[in-house]
Amino acid sequence: MNPQKIVVAVTGLNAIDSPGPGVAVIRAIREEFKDNVRIIGLSYETLEPGIYMHDIVDKTYQIPYPTAGTNSLFYRLKYIHSIEKINVVIPNFDAELYNFIKIESALKDIGIQSFLPNLDQLESRDKINLSAFGKKHNLLVPEEKVIYSVNDLPSCEETLNFPLVIKGKFYDAIIAHTLEQAQKAFYKLSAKWGLPIIVQQFLTGTEINIAVLGDGNGNATSIIPMRKLYITDKGKAWAGITLEDENLLAIAHSFTNSTHWKGGCELEIMRTADNKLYIMEINPRFPAWIYLTAGAGQNQPAALVKMAMGEKVLPFENYAIGKLFIRYAWDLITDVHEFQKISALGEL
Amino acid sequence: MRLKKNIATSDTGFIFNPTTGDSFTVNPMASEILQYLKQGLSFSEFKNLILQKYEVDTHQLENDCEDFLNQLKEANLLEV
Repeated sequence: MNPQKIVVAVTGLNAIDSPGPGVAVIRAIREEFKDNVRIIGLSYETLEPGIYMHDIVDKTYQIPYPTAGTNSLFYRLKYIHSIEKINVVIPNFDAELYNFIKIESALKDIGIQSFLPNLDQLESRDKINLSAFGKKHNLLVPEEKVIYSVNDLPSCEETLNFPLVIKGKFYDAIIAHTLEQAQKAFYKLSAKWGLPIIVQQFLTGTEINIAVLGDGNGNATSIIPMRKLYITDKGKAWAGITLEDENLLAIAHSFTNSTHWKGGCELEIMRTADNKLYIMEINPRFPAWIYLTAGAGQNQPAALVKMAMGEKVLPFENYAIGKLFIRYAWDLITDVHEFQKISALGEL
Repeated sequence: MRLKKNIATSDTGFIFNPTTGDSFTVNPMASEILQYLKQGLSFSEFKNLILQKYEVDTHQLENDCEDFLNQLKEANLLEV
């Protein structure tokens, strides 16, 4: 007798040059649960490649953009749940997390489980709060200032020195070597993402990312550190390799111990020439390279599904060191009727 | 001097440092020296082995080995 299939709904099906994590999350889940899982894709746009990858996603439904609010999201998910009987939902975009966390208990009431950080955890690691976050949890973060006016830039120059990294509230960063460049970057990023702007100390070194799965009780169920081997012009890893370094594991443990982080996240680390490890950013969801954790022997998405369903998952102990991922682009051929279907009906 | 314990090397001359993710390739002679280092041989021990095995000027060998060991040190592959 076959066990009943688990139904997992996943967002982040875009796979552009700055890919969403959805497809990688699904690959990892399928690897663990084989035929005993049904995957429901949740998409925002009609050209997210995952929608058309029928060996990856069984059925896709469009969901409202985060700006539509929590009610719209909840009622759309409730409708989808009435058809698909979703067991677990895994949101994979920063911008949608706030809404998913807000409706987490309402979803639980109708039978949809998730495994997410709480709102305090989400907001405290936000890049505009990173400096305070570092101080509070005794973690090394770059010096930074959060500013609301271009007139504040000269004071940043005095304390942080050029070059400076000018960062948008949500995305994008520009390196400025002069005050004029910093002002130009301020206007460009504030026009695109709004205020505030983050002005950060410029650090150089080796870029390392750590995929972490926290159990919400202060423990890390899994930690996989990866060095970026090939970096795109958007700063994304296009190839990477797992590392063996106790110091990296210690940073991740100290992060989960002090924050009690629940769910997946990614620590972006810079190892400087003097071997200091700075946390540059904390992404509150799985990274796009998460399939490497399955390849290295610690399948974080599958573990998260089990934990969301109430199963006790013991912390992983070992992983393969020197395991590489190399990302590639693939042209998927489909027919216009598929495109029509998702565009007109919001389902495929 | 000793190669760090966790450094992986192969017969083909590939070196991988799992702590940093750095990788290097070296020629067959350097690869042989790496194997001696892994076995814990001292500079004079592996120098004598190479002198017995190959036709090479002692002074030249010492210079080349020193260069190579400096490169290994710079690449953070030797025990401090």
